Amino acid sequence: MTYAIEAEGLTKRFGDTQALAGIDLAAREGTVLGVLGPNGAGKTTAVRILATLLRADTGTARVAGYDVVRDAQKVRQNVGLTGQYASVDEDLTGTQNLVLIGQLLDLPTSQAKARAAELLEWFDLTAAAGRPAKTYSGGMRRRLDLAASLVGRPAVIFLDEPTTGLDPAKREDMWDVVRSLVTDGSTVLLTTQYLEEADALADEITVIDHGQVIAHDTPDGLKRIVGGQRLEVRPADPDRLDEVRTILDAIAEAAPESPGRGVLSVPVKGDEALAAAVSRLSAAGISVTELSLHLPSLDEVFFTLTGRHTDPEEVAA
Amino acid sequence: MTATLTAPAPAPTPTASTTAPNSVARTVRHAVALAKRNLIKTWRTPEQLIDVTVQPIIFLLLFVYVFGGALGGGSRHHYLQFLLPGLLAQGIAMGSVALGQNLNSDIEKGVFDRFRSLPIARSAPLVGAVLADFFRYLILCVIYIGFGYVLGFRIETNPAAAVAAVALSIAFALSFCWISVYIGMVARTSGSVQGIMFLLIFPLAFGSNVYVNPATMPGWLQAFVHVNPMSQLAGAVRGLTVGGTTGSHVGWTLLWMGILLAVFVPLALRAYRRRA
Repeated sequence: MTYAIEAEGLTKRFGDTQALAGIDLAAREGTVLGVLGPNGAGKTTAVRILATLLRADTGTARVAGYDVVRDAQKVRQNVGLTGQYASVDEDLTGTQNLVLIGQLLDLPTSQAKARAAELLEWFDLTAAAGRPAKTYSGGMRRRLDLAASLVGRPAVIFLDEPTTGLDPAKREDMWDVVRSLVTDGSTVLLTTQYLEEADALADEITVIDHGQVIAHDTPDGLKRIVGGQRLEVRPADPDRLDEVRTILDAIAEAAPESPGRGVLSVPVKGDEALAAAVSRLSAAGISVTELSLHLPSLDEVFFTLTGRHTDPEEVAA
Repeated sequence: MTATLTAPAPAPTPTASTTAPNSVARTVRHAVALAKRNLIKTWRTPEQLIDVTVQPIIFLLLFVYVFGGALGGGSRHHYLQFLLPGLLAQGIAMGSVALGQNLNSDIEKGVFDRFRSLPIARSAPLVGAVLADFFRYLILCVIYIGFGYVLGFRIETNPAAAVAAVALSIAFALSFCWISVYIGMVARTSGSVQGIMFLLIFPLAFGSNVYVNPATMPGWLQAFVHVNPMSQLAGAVRGLTVGGTTGSHVGWTLLWMGILLAVFVPLALRAYRRRA
């Protein structure tokens, strides 16, 4: 198995703040590694170290097979970086931004222009190609920034919170881009505070908090580690919710909770709970509009791992 | 101007980037591409040129018409002949401030993160910004001498010497501006770059032979005026445009350029590397 990204024991201190307290990361070639954590967990610091912008105090890292300190220039030839804050040049047009990157990557100007046009087309920016980037909307800047990181067809792509601040439709577009990059064989390291995003894109997820790895697994595996399955029931008649509560109480080992209006949710041991619930509900003559057995959401995972919920206000910021 | 054209160098493989990651030719090419970026930015925001266009005109008008009568001992024309080369030297120092400010705000905005993640020499973005500044200094020289002519300034030597004066001024500017680059790397905000630079430039500009003949100053101050690079550049430009002692001023100016480059280029590069 070949790893495109391997980091061991990375630490980094800024003054009094221990940004990274010894983290390990690994991403197999051609996969998406999701690095999930709240604001200030150390995600950006880790990405900056892997992209050679910053040196770790201790620990080692290899990206695309090269050591990030000893072979920094080789790493830079093989990575693309999209920062948390779109770092496009506001006074330059979309085309000028991309052509400049192409020239810095030693493409002849004609090829740099062709590559710029190709990327602008792909990211739906052709109509805005001749306008200064300062006239772009937030979503357009993000796309231009991502395009800039792809000029050199990098094997490893770092996406540091690529969808923070984007509306849901734009976020879906960005997800499609990430999926197609991986289809083309790139390895992607994606940091995010959107649990949904890591679940949707990542092959494996590393959860970090306070500069330390607190969990690493596949999305499903992670959900399995943290808790069993949950049974969710929504009666057709909201007035019968109390009767449903009594039935669920009898078949589950914990008291039912209400994750939303008119819905009850309860942790259960196995699949037999579903059958038991169906038979008891039908015996009581309660019809349901929703009856499902599913893994816990990543928000619940995070709560179990850190004792805190992800802060919805921070996520929205 | 492609890598392959300029690569008969010992590089054993055709892609210079893999073996000689920072060959001089590549770095120069990258710096030129980055200089073009800076020129586009200036073109889009021409108000960035105020310090090398409007400001020289204001200084000339102020010192010739407000102070010139008193300082020049009655003859405005003689004072203008004396003053203009000095103001040019001072304008070069002041014109360098914007460079550090722009670099500082580029870093703050994250634009430089992109450059740092590319396989280019670390120095390329800084060298590129300095190269682009060449045009600002050229504009400054043209405005000073052009508007000076309108006010009655006359070159008393010969055109070749005048061209040499401009060339020396711009060369000095491209050395002096590394101080601004360095301050731009270490200062926390672009506003503080300006504060620090003016703190440095004012004593150099006024403790010099730019405005008055230093013979009237106390001895200790004369000693400072004599070693001050601003005085030496002003003296050299004076000699080349209106005559008088030239050789020793040119020599001192060249020496100062060497010192500034030797000290501030490494300092600026090191500060840039350290700035996370």
